[in-house]
Amino acid sequence: MISLTDIKKGLLVSLWFVFLTFPLMVIKINPIDKVILWRWSNMYWVAGGSFLCYLAMQIYKTRKLTRQEHIKQGLIKEKPKMQFKLLSDPKIYLPTLAVAGLFFLAFPLLFSTYQTNIMITALMYVVLGLGLNIVVGVAGLLDLGYVAFYAVGAYSYALLHLHFGLGFWEVLPIGGLLAASFGILLGFPVLRLRGDYLAIVTLGFGEIIRLILENWNEFSHGPSGISNIPRPGFFGIHLGLEQSITYLYYLMILMVIFTIFVVNRLQSSRIGRAWFALREDEIACQAMGIDKTKTKLTAFALGAFWAGMVGVIFAAKTTFVNPASFTFLESAIILCIVVLGGMGSIIGVIIAALILILLPEYLRAFSDYRMLVFGAVLVIMMVFRPQGIVANIRRTYTVQKND
Amino acid sequence: MDYFTELFFSGLTRGSIYALIALGYTMVYGIIGLINFAHGEIYMIGAFTALITSTILNIYGFPLPAVIILTVLASTIWAAAYGFTVEKLAYQPLRNAPRLSPLISAIGMSIFLQNYVLLAQTSDFLPFPALIPDFKFMEPYAGVIGTSDMLILVTTAVVMLLLTWLIKFTRTGKAMRATAQDQKMAMLVGINVDRVISITFIIGSALAAIGGLLIASHIGQINFYIGFIAGIKAFTAAVLGGIGSVPGAVLGSFILGLTESFATGYVSSDYEDVFAFSLLVLILIFRPSGLLGKASIEKV
Repeated sequence: MISLTDIKKGLLVSLWFVFLTFPLMVIKINPIDKVILWRWSNMYWVAGGSFLCYLAMQIYKTRKLTRQEHIKQGLIKEKPKMQFKLLSDPKIYLPTLAVAGLFFLAFPLLFSTYQTNIMITALMYVVLGLGLNIVVGVAGLLDLGYVAFYAVGAYSYALLHLHFGLGFWEVLPIGGLLAASFGILLGFPVLRLRGDYLAIVTLGFGEIIRLILENWNEFSHGPSGISNIPRPGFFGIHLGLEQSITYLYYLMILMVIFTIFVVNRLQSSRIGRAWFALREDEIACQAMGIDKTKTKLTAFALGAFWAGMVGVIFAAKTTFVNPASFTFLESAIILCIVVLGGMGSIIGVIIAALILILLPEYLRAFSDYRMLVFGAVLVIMMVFRPQGIVANIRRTYTVQKND
Repeated sequence: MDYFTELFFSGLTRGSIYALIALGYTMVYGIIGLINFAHGEIYMIGAFTALITSTILNIYGFPLPAVIILTVLASTIWAAAYGFTVEKLAYQPLRNAPRLSPLISAIGMSIFLQNYVLLAQTSDFLPFPALIPDFKFMEPYAGVIGTSDMLILVTTAVVMLLLTWLIKFTRTGKAMRATAQDQKMAMLVGINVDRVISITFIIGSALAAIGGLLIASHIGQINFYIGFIAGIKAFTAAVLGGIGSVPGAVLGSFILGLTESFATGYVSSDYEDVFAFSLLVLILIFRPSGLLGKASIEKV
C-alpha cells in the first residue's frame, strides 16, 4: 500500500515542514534578556508528525481512488451511506431520539450545577449554530459578523434593564427583533455584493459594532461592561442560584426545541426552498421569479433574530456583558460549528456544537489548542469533507411509472 | 501647519505599509479570485521571523549591515515559504470547489496560523529593536519625518518599481497577466498555471514580510494578533483601489493611510479602526469595483 516513493516523498515533506517551522517552533527568544532557548524536541515532533500525516493522506487518497475505480467497473456496489440509513430508518432513529431526549431532560438532576452551566453554554451555541446555518448553510451568504447580532441581543437586555427596568421576558422578543432589524440594516447595502465581498463587509460590521460598544462610554459603559443583570424570573418567585441555573437550562432546552421546529419548517417552506435555490445559483434563481432582495433580507433577519434571542439569554446567564465577549473569534467558532456539522444540516449542526463546545471543556489539558484546532477543522473539512459530518439529505423526488 | 505635515507624512508611512500588504491581496485576487484571509498572518510571521533572526544575530555579535541583510533575507524567505505552503495545503485542492469553500478554508488558515504563533512563541507583546540608527542628515526634519518613516517610503517606492518591472516586462509577469485574464486559455498556450499561482503567492508573501519588518521596527513591538487588523485594512485598501489592479492597490493604500491619519489626528483616535471599516463598507456599497477597477459583468 505504501510504496518506496511515498516514503521518499514523505521524508521530503517532513524536511520541508522542519525548515518551515524552524524559526517559530524551535527558537524562542527573550529580546530583553538576550537569551535564546533552543527547543529541539519540537523539531522531532514536527518531523514525525508531518511524515505520518503525509502517509495517512496518501493512503486515504489511494483507497478512495481504488474504491471509485471498483465502483466504476461494477466490482462493488456503492453502499448507501451509514448516516442516511440511521436518519431514515424509524426503528433506529426513534429510540435514539428518545434516549437523547431523556438524557437531556434528566441532565440537571444527574449532574452538578457546574456541568449544567457548561451544558447551557453548549445549548446556546446549538441555537447560534442553527441561526447562522440559515444564513450560511441554507442561503449561502457567508456572514462573518454574526456575533454582532448576538451582541445586540445581549446589550439590549443589559441597557433596557438598566434604563427602563425591563425584565427578561419582555426583552427576549425585543432583543430578537432589534437584532433582526440590525440584520436588515446590514442586509440592505450588501445585497448587491458577491459572496466574498459580503464576507468582508459583515466582518467589518461585526468589528464596528464591537468597537462602538468599547469606545462609546456614555452609551455602553465601555470596556468595563454592564453588570448586575438579573437572571430570568419564574412567575415572580425568587430563585436561588442553583435553581435559577436549572431553570435556565430547561428554558434553553425549550428554546432549542423551538428553534429546531422553526428551522425545520422553514427549510421545507416556500422561502426555504427559495434560499436553497439562491445558494445554488443566484441568476437561475432570479430567472425562476424569486425576489432576490426579499429572500436575502429574510435570511439575514431570521438568522439575526436567533442570535439576538440567545444574546439576551447570554446576558441573563452571565449577569454581566462587556465587549470582549463579542470578538471575531466568537463568529469564527459559530462558523466552525456550521461547517463541521454540514451546511444546511440541522442534526449535524447540533452534534457539531456539542462536540466543539463540550470537548474543550472536558479536555482542559488541550483547551489551549482550542482555536488552533478550530482553524484546522475549517481547512480540513473544506478539503476532505465539504458536506460536513452529517451531510444534509437532499430532497429528491421520484417519478413512479404507471404500467 | 506643522501638525498637518506631520499627519501627512505619518499617513504616507501607514499607506506604504498597507500598500505592501495590499499588493499580495490584489495579486492573488486577480489571479484566482480568492480573498486570501491568511495574508495578514503571513505579514505577522514575517515580522516574527525578522525579530527572531535579528535578535540571534545581535547576540552572536554580527556587524550591523550583515544583521540587516540577513534579517531581510530570512523574513522574506520564510514568509514566502509559508505563503507557498498555505496555498498548496488549503487552496490548491479547492480550485474547482464552490466559491464559499476556499474562503472558509482561508479563514481557517488565518485562525490556525495566528494560534500557531501564539502557542509556539508567546501571547505577549515583544519589543522589536530599531534595526537602523537614526541618520545624521535627517536630524533637522526630525519633528516632521523620522528616519524610519523615510526608510519605509523609500523601500516601498523601490519595491513597487521592481514589482511593476516584474509584471510588465518579464516572462513570468506576462504569464501572470495571462493567467489573470483567462486561466484555461493560459493553460492552452502552455503556461503552467499552478506554478504561476505559486509564484504569485511567493511574491505577495515576500512583500508582506517586508511590510511586517518595516512596520515592526517602526512601531517597536509585535504580537501574534497584528496580522488580523493590518490584513483587513490592507484588504480595504485593495478594494478601494479596485481589487485585482496593482496601481489601484497602491493608490487605495495611500488614500486609506491619509484618511486614517487625518481622522485620528483631527477627530478622535478611539475610532481609528471604525474609520477604516466604515470606508470599506461605503466603497463596497457605492463603488464595488473600486477607483481603478473594472466593473465585472457576469455573463450567463
